[in-house]
Amino acid sequence: MATPGHHTLSVLVENRPGVLSRVSGLFSRRGFNIDSLAVGPTERPDRSVITIRVDCTRHSVEQVVKQLDKLIDVIHVIKVHPDMAIERELLLIKVKADANHRLEIMRVSEVFNARVVDAGADSLLLECVEHPDRLAALEQLLSPYTIVEAVRTGRVAMTRASVAHDESRAPLRILG
Amino acid sequence: MSDTALTKARQRKERMLGSEAIIRALEAEGVEICWGIPGGAILPLYDAFMAIDHSIEHVLVRHEQGAGHMAQGYARATGKVGVCIATSGPGATNLVTPIADAFLDSTPIVAITGQVPTHLIGTDAFQEADITGIVMPIVKHSFLVQRAEDIPKAIHEAFHIASTGRPGPVLVDIPKDLQLTEIDFAYTDEVDLIGYNSTFPEQLEGIEAAAELIARSRKPVLYVGGGIINGEACDDLILLAEALQIPVTTTLLAKGAFPDSHPLSVQMPGMHGSKYANWTIHRSDLLITVGARFDDRVTGKLDAFAPGAKIIHFDIDPAEVSKNRHADVALVGELRTTLPALRNAVTARADNAARAEHQSEWLRDVQGWRRDNPFRYKKGAKLKPEYVIEAFDKALKGKDTIWVTGVGQHQMWAAQYLSIDGPRRWLTSGGLGTMGFGVPAAIGAQQGCPDAYVVNFDGDGCFQMTMQELATARCYDVPAIHAVMNNGWLGMVRQWQELFHGERYSETNLFGTIPDFVLLAEAYGCLALRAETEDEVDAVIAEAIAARRPTVIDFRVDEEEKVYPMVPAGAASHEMIDEVWENEWVEEGV
Ligand SMILES: Cc1ncc(C[n+]2csc(CCOP(=O)(O)OP(=O)(O)O)c2C)c(N)n1
Ligand SMILES: [Mg+2]
Repeated sequence: MATPGHHTLSVLVENRPGVLSRVSGLFSRRGFNIDSLAVGPTERPDRSVITIRVDCTRHSVEQVVKQLDKLIDVIHVIKVHPDMAIERELLLIKVKADANHRLEIMRVSEVFNARVVDAGADSLLLECVEHPDRLAALEQLLSPYTIVEAVRTGRVAMTRASVAHDESRAPLRILG
Repeated sequence: MSDTALTKARQRKERMLGSEAIIRALEAEGVEICWGIPGGAILPLYDAFMAIDHSIEHVLVRHEQGAGHMAQGYARATGKVGVCIATSGPGATNLVTPIADAFLDSTPIVAITGQVPTHLIGTDAFQEADITGIVMPIVKHSFLVQRAEDIPKAIHEAFHIASTGRPGPVLVDIPKDLQLTEIDFAYTDEVDLIGYNSTFPEQLEGIEAAAELIARSRKPVLYVGGGIINGEACDDLILLAEALQIPVTTTLLAKGAFPDSHPLSVQMPGMHGSKYANWTIHRSDLLITVGARFDDRVTGKLDAFAPGAKIIHFDIDPAEVSKNRHADVALVGELRTTLPALRNAVTARADNAARAEHQSEWLRDVQGWRRDNPFRYKKGAKLKPEYVIEAFDKALKGKDTIWVTGVGQHQMWAAQYLSIDGPRRWLTSGGLGTMGFGVPAAIGAQQGCPDAYVVNFDGDGCFQMTMQELATARCYDVPAIHAVMNNGWLGMVRQWQELFHGERYSETNLFGTIPDFVLLAEAYGCLALRAETEDEVDAVIAEAIAARRPTVIDFRVDEEEKVYPMVPAGAASHEMIDEVWENEWVEEGV
């Protein structure tokens, strides 16, 4: 399920001081809206990947990609194609769960492969790694039980292993 | 970097202080001159300027903003990278305006700032400002040097980034302790910038598609911006326009890139552009955009700009293509390569003669508009600023002259009434519209081109923002002429208040508060002249030109004069007003 006008960009950057502010600063300066942003190390210590979910309903994704590509510390930008990539996000969620509802909540969680990672007298803490749309569905199903707290990491993405390597890592060049 | 300088730098295998390494790196980059003011965090560099033998002239300015604009004036007049230097904190923040100006007008400058010692960074130390953070949105790139041995590499990469691709400002922030650390100086011409793309593959299909659009067009126009000058492709543009017989409009930044006097020129488009440029664009069916960016001061209401035109867009910066206006054909790359390729592609076509024939009627129309609708003003009892500008233009005709301006009415009149026939001979703050650009930019340009005449048309408001640099001009004997169009007002703002704000002149009147510019200039040791009537104008201009010393002329001009034609903000670009001429031409033209 894709939200129209929203895109996931996988931005490979040099691991230099200030690179995250350069990238996030670009978004605020140009008025691009970030839905989520996740940063982390890669297989190489001198590179990081910043995965950005961006709302492109008011400007073109090409413009976002080109502006990112102009940053010197940005090595390349991949526009993640939902059909060709795996997208995942981690959710931690604390739900009110008295004795009457505990089992019910755990049953719902199972359907989403969520795990109970901690339990208190009247609440459960669940962890779930899934496609962000599935996390949203889980949250929705849990909301009647009262969500005490929820936090998500922002999505990360990787081109499927079945897609040829060249294609998956080829820098996106949009010249038109 | 020049080859011999590089060879010398490579052979230099000495141990030296980081501060000396900065100077050796600048030498290796071919830097001859730089502008700045010392202070605590940059003291080691200034100490090295005096302690070691080197080939760089340092110019002491009176305000760091001046240093930045001087570096810009130098860069734009010569095509080389301009260098400015400041201390940490307030020195660095004073560079913010010129850095922003250089960013918007794509000017290659390198700003070197001192930073508090590494161990104090982040502690709110004395004169600490996070300058790399402050300038992040207005630089092409910046470096906060972390290790002393990285100094030469950072400076080399800064010059590389500033001067290649689409040029722009680069800041190198160097903590004081690193300037005082001994390193083994090593210089290479390699850069380690895997994420930097300044070159692009040739796009031959794009050339063919562009040639096809041109062949099918009946009303083409070349819309040319400052990129043509940075791309060193002005000759290629002339060859292209002449071979294809297509009219050319040059934006404020591109003035002079295509000769104003050329029969194919329709001069400047936009808010205060020529009627014929705006009409030409409005009626065109094909805009061949070259190093221009559809700025709002050019387009007016974007939806109504060139409504019937397809767009071909040549640029070195892919992000400009389809940013404001969708491009039907995009050609990203060096204009020096793409423009000749386009010329060959069009002229090689079998239908080229027929194309020229079909487009000739359009060219006749365009040239007729230019002939019948020149920039014009009405003489009155008081001295008109346009008259002064025309008189200067006449007096320096045929002499190598660099024209510089402030920002305001005087800037627009200069753009309208000067006829400039070569690139790098018109320096104005376009994108940022920085009052105070004129005096220092003129000084920097003159220092880069000592044999040229330099004339800065400034406003009485602008002049007072950076006039302290007259001390710099006097100190280094920089003979640029500063012609102040003294109308007693922040005139351009006054014009908007008169036309669009019910004549409520809120905080724009400078009367009674303007110093006597003649006394002031004399106090700075400059030649000081004044003209109040037409018959005094030629004499003061002649005296100023002959003097070859720093000169200020106080021209007392009509305070009520307005800049016309004018496209009001938000209007379509062909909807120009011109009260002096009662809008007669609006119906006539479009
Ligand atoms: C640094 C800065 N502050 C304010 C402005 C807004 N502004 C644009 S033109 C202008 C008036 C300029 O007055 P003057 O130098 O006398 O030129 P004139 O328009 O009278 O020729 C002002 C205040 C600006 N462009 N730059
Ligand atoms: Mg004025």
